[in-house]
Amino acid sequence: MSSTASTITELAAALRDGSTTPRALLDEALAHLERSDKQLNAYLSVTRELAIQQADTAARALAEHPERASPLCGIPMALKDVLCVEGVETTAASKILNGFKPPYTGTAVQRLFDAGAVCVGKTNCDEFAMGSSTENSAFGSVGNPWDVERVPGGSSGGSAATVAAGTVPYSLGSDTGGSIRQPAALTGVVGFKPTYGRVSRYGLIAFASSLDQIGPFTRTVEDCATVYAAIAGHDPRDSTCDPRAVDDPLLTLRKGVEGMRLGIPREYLGEGTEPGVRAAVEAAFAVLEAQGATLHEVSLPSTDVALSVYYVIAPAECSSNLARYDGVRFGNRVERQSLTDMYQQTRGAGFGAEVKRRVMLGTYALSSGYYDAYYRQAQKVRTLVGQEFDSVFQEVDAIVSPTSPSVAFPMGSRSDPLSMYLCDVVTLPANLAGIPGISVPCGFVDGLPVGLQVLAPRFADARVFQVAHAYEQATAWHSSRSPFATEAA
Amino acid sequence: MTLSRDDVDHVAMLARLGLSDEEKSRLLAELEKILGHIARLQQVDTSMLAETAQVGDLANVMRADEPKPTLGTVAAVRNAPAADGSYFIVGAIQGNELDS
Amino acid sequence: MTDYEVVIGLEVHAQLLTRSKMFCGCPANYLGAEPNANTCPVCLGLPGVLPTINEQAVDFTVRTALALQCDIPAFTKFDRKNYFYPDLPKGYQISQYDLPLSLNGHLEFPVNGETVRCGVTRVHLEEDTGTMHHAGDVLQSATSSLIDLNRCGVPLMEIVGEPDLRTPEAAREYLVRLRQILTYIGVNDGNLEQGSFRCDANVSLRPRGDTELGVKVEVKNMNSFRAVQRALESEIERQTSVLDAGGTLVQETRGWVEAHGRTIAQRSKEQAHDYRYFPEPDLPPLRLDSAFVERVRATLPELPEARAARFQSQYGLTAYDAAVLTDTRESADVYEALVAAGVPAKLAANWQSGDVAALANEHRVPLPQSGLGIAGLAVLLRLVDGGAINGPTAKELLVELYVSGGDPEALVRERGLAQVSDAGALTALVDAAIAANPGAAADFSAGKQQALGQLMRAVKDATGGKADMPLVNRLLRDRLSGQ
Repeated sequence: MSSTASTITELAAALRDGSTTPRALLDEALAHLERSDKQLNAYLSVTRELAIQQADTAARALAEHPERASPLCGIPMALKDVLCVEGVETTAASKILNGFKPPYTGTAVQRLFDAGAVCVGKTNCDEFAMGSSTENSAFGSVGNPWDVERVPGGSSGGSAATVAAGTVPYSLGSDTGGSIRQPAALTGVVGFKPTYGRVSRYGLIAFASSLDQIGPFTRTVEDCATVYAAIAGHDPRDSTCDPRAVDDPLLTLRKGVEGMRLGIPREYLGEGTEPGVRAAVEAAFAVLEAQGATLHEVSLPSTDVALSVYYVIAPAECSSNLARYDGVRFGNRVERQSLTDMYQQTRGAGFGAEVKRRVMLGTYALSSGYYDAYYRQAQKVRTLVGQEFDSVFQEVDAIVSPTSPSVAFPMGSRSDPLSMYLCDVVTLPANLAGIPGISVPCGFVDGLPVGLQVLAPRFADARVFQVAHAYEQATAWHSSRSPFATEAA
Repeated sequence: MTLSRDDVDHVAMLARLGLSDEEKSRLLAELEKILGHIARLQQVDTSMLAETAQVGDLANVMRADEPKPTLGTVAAVRNAPAADGSYFIVGAIQGNELDS
Repeated sequence: MTDYEVVIGLEVHAQLLTRSKMFCGCPANYLGAEPNANTCPVCLGLPGVLPTINEQAVDFTVRTALALQCDIPAFTKFDRKNYFYPDLPKGYQISQYDLPLSLNGHLEFPVNGETVRCGVTRVHLEEDTGTMHHAGDVLQSATSSLIDLNRCGVPLMEIVGEPDLRTPEAAREYLVRLRQILTYIGVNDGNLEQGSFRCDANVSLRPRGDTELGVKVEVKNMNSFRAVQRALESEIERQTSVLDAGGTLVQETRGWVEAHGRTIAQRSKEQAHDYRYFPEPDLPPLRLDSAFVERVRATLPELPEARAARFQSQYGLTAYDAAVLTDTRESADVYEALVAAGVPAKLAANWQSGDVAALANEHRVPLPQSGLGIAGLAVLLRLVDGGAINGPTAKELLVELYVSGGDPEALVRERGLAQVSDAGALTALVDAAIAANPGAAADFSAGKQQALGQLMRAVKDATGGKADMPLVNRLLRDRLSGQ
């Protein structure tokens, strides 16, 4: 049985019925990676030795107690290179961290490792998770498996692409303004951002502390719920990680949408939405209606200004989070006689253009004389964004919309920073409000994937999976295979 | 709000970012444009709104005062670009480094 | 010459006696550790780490705030103070800015017999930085600096005083009292030399009668109370001469140089630092309700001022004696243990403040850890009180037992040290002494008081040093006045 383009559910069964082994799955994944990555550049490092160790451990666990082993046991996966793994180079796709090996593994990753996951490698992304196309990586951009001249989205482009390519059945990414959902949409896979505080951020290289969340990319909604359930839950090392118990999304996955009220925010289908995207998403709405849901137009008036809120808060927090990259204790240093010169040259050489832009913007927004007008004002308008979601969720159970106004665009076609920022206009409000969201494939435009976004109130993560699963099972999009995934193993 | 070249120099210093003249010119233009868009924030009436420093309602999240194992010197300095035995080392601090 | 009013405000940073650091589990006590050994990913500021609040540090800070009569607001939070320096790994310090743990307290303390009251603006909580060694020791000329992050993240309490102090002496007494309170309540060890208790001062002058503050100069690097007083005196002198000569003062930071007895300019404070404070997004706020505050208040011990007052009223001690005995909580506890063990109040006070204190100093061992211990001293002093041994004998035993330990009663028995206090026996010895020293007897009768000493010594020697000397004194006087 080939691991290429299989799901976690399928592979877990195959591992237990003897038709494959963790080592065999790993070998297939590595071989596929080798063939595809010349074109895709989805990986920054391949962790072969670690993976072999993990495959062997998983094999023993499956042999000794297959019924107790996690469904993830023995299954290959990949990690966005903003996730710390002990002893493994972790760069955040930045020159300033080239060669850095953390002395510890982050919580979410450790939970997967403890479940028997097999880590194939660290995936490419926008530098420090800042971007919507993965073109900001210091190590080259990532090709979209549906058309390698186009972007896979960002910032978690590598993690999305590797699942879309069929190398591994799942990967982890991070989402601060849409960095899981948007690349999932552009590459035709499932991508989930949990409620803020549901998954520990300990071990995630911080971009914007009040917005970041770790989440999975998978081929199916069920797989996504499985991975989420394995990483979610309280962690004493993250003070923003909520202690309340996690509702197991697999328990309610198949309940369907009969009787559910779904809201379509009119602002999420504005003028910027490409016609093909609009058509695909409206067809998806019809499917949901046929499944028994009622659809209602709702309004989130702050959508337009939410972009500005995000582009003050995220840069402000990142400007502070990135101050530790100073060449003193780790990372690359540009040696200079004086300390100030060393700081400036190290950071000037080590950071790419987008990172510098956001650090400058954030520093400005926090600086004396501007704090009230920018940062404080943005935090107040953020409250408004949250209130509007609260209000809408009084009327509807979940929100549905396109994930991205456009399909995958050609590399280099959005050189204006502001035009790039507009990619996230319907994903970033969910980060501001801390609500969970998913993107699930809902069609194609000229062979390029379109994603349907589902949002729900804070801690209603299970409901997101429930709606997404109902839609997915009523359609065949999840069976689509990118050109890279249709190759024989 | 119009950004000046002095503003860019000042912010770059606050952020300890070494920028070439070309970078500074480019950033001046880009940031001006972004700030121009962001200006719409000022139009929102926030007089009745409190700030959201964090979503959610967590409070009093604290840890018991128990010592835990340390990394030890070797692991602590392992990633250092420059070290002097057990110490991290940097070049000359001219006494005005704390000026923002 | 203008009459200037001196305005002094003090800022104290006190390391807290917690077991672990403020935002991570590394031990808070880093003394003796190899450089950078006492660290973890969190206090090293590595990528991907997050802080967690030490609840004991919060408790200690609230305890301090209550001891200083501060208000405890219901809502408080941490903020990031952003700046670049090698001893600050994250590039920001987690501190408190606009909503600190406590506000509006005060401290009262005696200065030359008068009570001075100084306001406490706020007490807040933050993390300490690492330490740096500059090759060559002088920052300005060092070509490199070595960084040790062992201290980084140790809980630090910042106590900001109002500029209510008017003399260097008052400043010193403020610090003495503050340090005493912090050690009493067990939150800080009061060690200025090692830097667990640090003080900076802001000094300005203004013509007397003016209400506006003059140019403020910050003075740092004062490592003892004496240094604080001297530094302030020196700085006031400097500022006075500048102003008297018609010059203007620069708002700056100056470091006290003990060896030269003056302050020197460190760096200009003209451009205030832009710390870009914003609320710490990685830490939820603290909501401290009144139940919590009262729980902490219940753990406050009796504070020094109140304890000294009680010693006066309960034990009949003088203000001076009470102050000496309550100088530290440990000595106050020792005193009350002695009294509880049956030693009369005044006797215990005399011995503890006198001979015992001298021995503790000499051996660098406090009474409870000495060979004798509190219980042993109580036995010894009860022997004195009951007349079983005389004063000189007790002193000799004290010196011996302080180091070696042992049972005082047994030793008195074994060595026959019991006091000779039988009036009949002593009278005979008194008569013998008078007979053997007619000259001294005559001198005393003629009015020379000091002649009695020779007679006293004679009786003492005759008893092998064990005579009840006050009784001998009375008997001699009776005999000689009768003549």
